[in-house]
Amino acid sequence: KTSDDINVKCLRMKEYKDTQHIFCDFPHTFQRAHLIISIFIFPPDVAGERAALHRQRSLPHRPPVIPLVARMADQNTSGTPAMTEREASRLDKFKQLLAGPNTDLEELRKLSWSGIPRQVRPITWKLLSGYLPANAERRESVLQRKRQEYFGFIQQYYNSRNDENHQDTYRQIHIDIPRTNPLIPLFQQASVQEIFERILFIWAIRHPASGYVQGINDLVTPFFVVYVFEYIEEEVENFDVSSLEEEALRNIEADSFWCMSKLLDGIQDNYTFAQPGIQRKVKALEELVSRIDESVHRHMQHYEVEYLQFAFRWMNNLLMRELPLRCTIRLWDTYQAEPEGFSHFHLYVCAAFLVKWRKEILEERDFQGLMILLQNLPTMHWGNEEVSVLLAEAYRLKFAFADAPNHYKR
Amino acid sequence: MAGKDYNHLFKLLIIGDSNVGKSSLLLRFADNSFSGSYITTIGVDFKIRTVDMEGERVKLQIWDTAGQERFRTITSTYYRNTHGVIIVYDVTNPDSFVNVKRWLNEISENCDSVCKILVGNKNDDPTKKKVDSQDAMRFGETVGVRVFETSAKENINVEEMFMAFTRMVLRAKKQSQDRAEREREREKDTVNINAHRDRDRRKRGKKCC
Repeated sequence: KTSDDINVKCLRMKEYKDTQHIFCDFPHTFQRAHLIISIFIFPPDVAGERAALHRQRSLPHRPPVIPLVARMADQNTSGTPAMTEREASRLDKFKQLLAGPNTDLEELRKLSWSGIPRQVRPITWKLLSGYLPANAERRESVLQRKRQEYFGFIQQYYNSRNDENHQDTYRQIHIDIPRTNPLIPLFQQASVQEIFERILFIWAIRHPASGYVQGINDLVTPFFVVYVFEYIEEEVENFDVSSLEEEALRNIEADSFWCMSKLLDGIQDNYTFAQPGIQRKVKALEELVSRIDESVHRHMQHYEVEYLQFAFRWMNNLLMRELPLRCTIRLWDTYQAEPEGFSHFHLYVCAAFLVKWRKEILEERDFQGLMILLQNLPTMHWGNEEVSVLLAEAYRLKFAFADAPNHYKR
Repeated sequence: MAGKDYNHLFKLLIIGDSNVGKSSLLLRFADNSFSGSYITTIGVDFKIRTVDMEGERVKLQIWDTAGQERFRTITSTYYRNTHGVIIVYDVTNPDSFVNVKRWLNEISENCDSVCKILVGNKNDDPTKKKVDSQDAMRFGETVGVRVFETSAKENINVEEMFMAFTRMVLRAKKQSQDRAEREREREKDTVNINAHRDRDRRKRGKKCC
């Protein structure tokens, strides 16, 4: 380790301690007042996180070197052993809920909405996506059957990748895989790239209406990373997968395939001819923003920025290109807890995300400046807290607008 | 606009098959950088660079598009108000050269008249080269498009290509200004029965250049 590394680590540790200190000392009265206000618009737990964040914002800037997958302050994505009391109690609640013979999925959704602790994330994701049944006794047999089924597909179809009718699909996947997460060493390992190729190829030929579309490759990543976490304790970015048992790697592959398939079932019209799902959602985003923040909307209109020019990617890649991977994982905790999270709630998250930058947007005075800002929003340092605030705001927007399409209509 | 720091503003569009090096060309020209593994472009990426040309400041707004077929419907919306289109193929991949015809069709579907240039990228390893320079030049002549061979990786001919293309676009603009000037002179003496149709065409935004 270089001394720079150590310095950064010390700095982060100090920052982490400061954060915890503030978290514990935070005046109860304020938190309660905030809760009362928030209780109508925020689901449980988000209000508390918001209150804590208000103080965190005033902390000095974070060190510039930040891991891509987990950040020191994000307890439930990193392997840091220290945990706050609140987090420990949340983990306990998850464990209790998961321990029963039949998991109450409604309760699990409620609990997961504000983030899932790293230790229980793999099983929780599998339950929330519907991949695993609520009945604990049946889980092992379902897993076995599904994993067998997936490797059956591989046996049956994977050799056809160079056949005339499939070679274009395979070729596109093959050139995209090295260009997926190019900055994270984990994804540059040959065996990981082969896993991604198989998952994507099998999905594509089983869904000919859309086939493989660039962007879908990104959507495998969160599942893969979370399911690798099931088998390891250390940081995942530089993890060498060859140290895993072959069986474990096969399980990760099959589970990632099925969970990605479940996700895509809900948003397949994003990827069919002419991408109608995306076109509709970008229009809906424009309409929504014109109602929630007229000055931002007018400002963009004035400089002739079209929503399609920046928000296409937000929809096609579910904001994965705009946020660090650790944030996407946290975001997906909520998307899987929220009914129609990926297909519907995402729209409100995009609106909240755009309006979050209103100050920066309004400061830009020409088309170029706006486009460059909107295509490179500075989220590099983001972690759980920022995502929680974003989600709370999205929830508020959904609450205010989803069932009242004429509300605030100009 | 007051305080404008340029004399001309041009919108250029980069199109071509997936993985031919569109983003690499743009990054080499706009940031003078290169990495062997860029993330795939989704939708459109955007960069600017201002260059000096014939004593004037020319600001280039360069749009880098996604190459995959499925995105065509969306990328066609980016053609509006474009002054020049850069069609890129990969000299090590003959399929990408064959597809240039389809890209040319796509341009004519979206623009009435626009400057075009054909660029064979990844031209840095003779042992891997599969699209012959002479073939490319001949093809370029038949369709009336100038051909450049470049390497974004080795920084070969990239600057020259962009500068030559900017010059073409600038000349085209000046020629059309001259033409418009002459037409105005003529219009003083005649009644234009096509005025209505011309306005409609402009509204559709089809005329790019």
